[in-house]
Amino acid sequence: MSIEVQNLSFSYGDRPVLHDISFRVEKGEFLSILGPNGVGKSTLFRCVLGLLSGYTGQVLVDSADSRSFSVREAARHIAYIPQSSHPIFNYSVFDIVLMGRTSGLSTFRSPRKQDAELCRWALEKVGIPHLSDRCFHRLSGGEQQLVLIARALVQKAPILMLDEPTASLDFGNQLRVLEQCRSLAREGYTVIQTTHNPEQSYQYSDRILTLQHGRVLAEGTPKEVLTEKTIRALYGVEVDVVSLRDDRARICLPSNISIKEGHL
Amino acid sequence: MNEIEKKHRRTVHIMGIALVGCLLGSFLLGRYPVPLTELLGILGSKLGLPIAPFWTVQMEAAVWSIRLPRVLLSVLVGACLAAAGASYQGVFQNPMASPDILGASAGAGFGAALAILLGLSSIGITLGAFAASLVTVALVFTVSRHARGDRVLGLVLAGIMVSSLFQSGTSFLKLVADPNNQLPQITYWLMGSLSGAKWSDLGFVIVPVLTGLIPLFLLRWQLNVITMGDDEARAMGVNAPRIRLFIVICSTLVTASAVSVSGMIGWVGLVIPHMMRRLVGSDYRFLMPASMLGGGIFLLVVDNISRNASASGIPIGILTAFIGAPFFLWLIMGKGDHYEH
Repeated sequence: MSIEVQNLSFSYGDRPVLHDISFRVEKGEFLSILGPNGVGKSTLFRCVLGLLSGYTGQVLVDSADSRSFSVREAARHIAYIPQSSHPIFNYSVFDIVLMGRTSGLSTFRSPRKQDAELCRWALEKVGIPHLSDRCFHRLSGGEQQLVLIARALVQKAPILMLDEPTASLDFGNQLRVLEQCRSLAREGYTVIQTTHNPEQSYQYSDRILTLQHGRVLAEGTPKEVLTEKTIRALYGVEVDVVSLRDDRARICLPSNISIKEGHL
Repeated sequence: MNEIEKKHRRTVHIMGIALVGCLLGSFLLGRYPVPLTELLGILGSKLGLPIAPFWTVQMEAAVWSIRLPRVLLSVLVGACLAAAGASYQGVFQNPMASPDILGASAGAGFGAALAILLGLSSIGITLGAFAASLVTVALVFTVSRHARGDRVLGLVLAGIMVSSLFQSGTSFLKLVADPNNQLPQITYWLMGSLSGAKWSDLGFVIVPVLTGLIPLFLLRWQLNVITMGDDEARAMGVNAPRIRLFIVICSTLVTASAVSVSGMIGWVGLVIPHMMRRLVGSDYRFLMPASMLGGGIFLLVVDNISRNASASGIPIGILTAFIGAPFFLWLIMGKGDHYEH
């Protein structure tokens, strides 16, 4: 399922946040959205998810206007994976994942046997079936992120939106989560993440969208977007972008750090 | 269904059986002794079984007209308060929420005091308490609509404010009440008591109570999702503000019904859901029925103490506070939550 944002603008009161944002993500693509703090990445997510409604422009899911969806229909198309989740009460991992089935149930119903089976499948798929009976609170940030991904998977929505999924994870878990995102895209999911890491976006995603001052600064393949010029325009810092392994990876080195011989 | 869920379901079933046991036991308790065989005979004949009376008329009156409505009412009131407390804790994502958070009890107290001051009959007092309770919560809603910022926080703050307004109103009514008969009656009502429970009380509350309790039971899965926060709930397909409003209406209805016949009975709505979380975890699929049953058992047992402890009967509201407050302290001081593993 593809998702297309057309000329989307949004203001909080009289403070404009997003201007004329347009982009398109195809089925099976993994898009990373980069931009400095406070640029409106989360606002963009909230508009696309229908959590904010006062925007102009359109969000098209397979060319259907997402504003025409009911809350339940929207959840069947787009699943959201928050940066973190803090339930007030203690739920087991299994219960948290089972909540992802809600959009498939009528209001007065509780999940049934086939829903539980789907949860076991999802936990297996993200590699944490052993955590099923653990208390969600007691898991590490990386494990919680995988639980939230499993919850999104049982929602059976073809579009996955992840809000800074790697922000609070250790290095190993960052790679595991990004690997998971990429393999889900290969299976046909449409995956969108926001992130603050240009190098990992380059390595893992298919396309990169950069936002600055509420507008699209650059959009394209990682090779097109990850340049010294873009990083400077995005974050206001001077870097040297160094290409490695036949340009399959690029790293951003701060220019003002003199690299003496013997280092690198 | 995994092992944990099976275990929790079994716990709920055992509680159901325990409630039936407590019900039967409660009929036997009282200053006028009724043996078990006579009790079963009376209940059987009332259910239409052809049993020739081998009991006295006094026994039948004690069981059927006095004990039965009181016992049923205490179960119903306990179930209502605990279910409303559990629901409010979920929809407001606040473990300290109790059924009177939106002013239902304060409003009922004011309504009852006013009805007593006007010299209304006992059904008039019940009606006055019920109506005032609903009006108060409606007022809280209206006020909170004009609150800026977080809607849920605005609702809770408006509830606290309006509650305290109605409590001062009640204080004023106590001041102007006739100190010889009205004031004691108001004070007694505010303490909460089920003594003098009649079939008519039961008849009055049963419809609003079931109208509220059945949806609360059916919406228990949605309640789980709402505790995750509005944004996450929406992304999972739950229109949290709408479901919350519906649950609040149902909870208010059951709370208003309960307090209008029982007076102010505190702590049940706060303590029982927490106790049940220890027993069956936070999943509302089990927590909601467990709270209903647990609230019923708890208030039934406490009311048995209330009516048997002394000749005049200690008001149940005092007992629930005596038991509830230290118990809650014990709960929060306990060695963590058994479910955290």
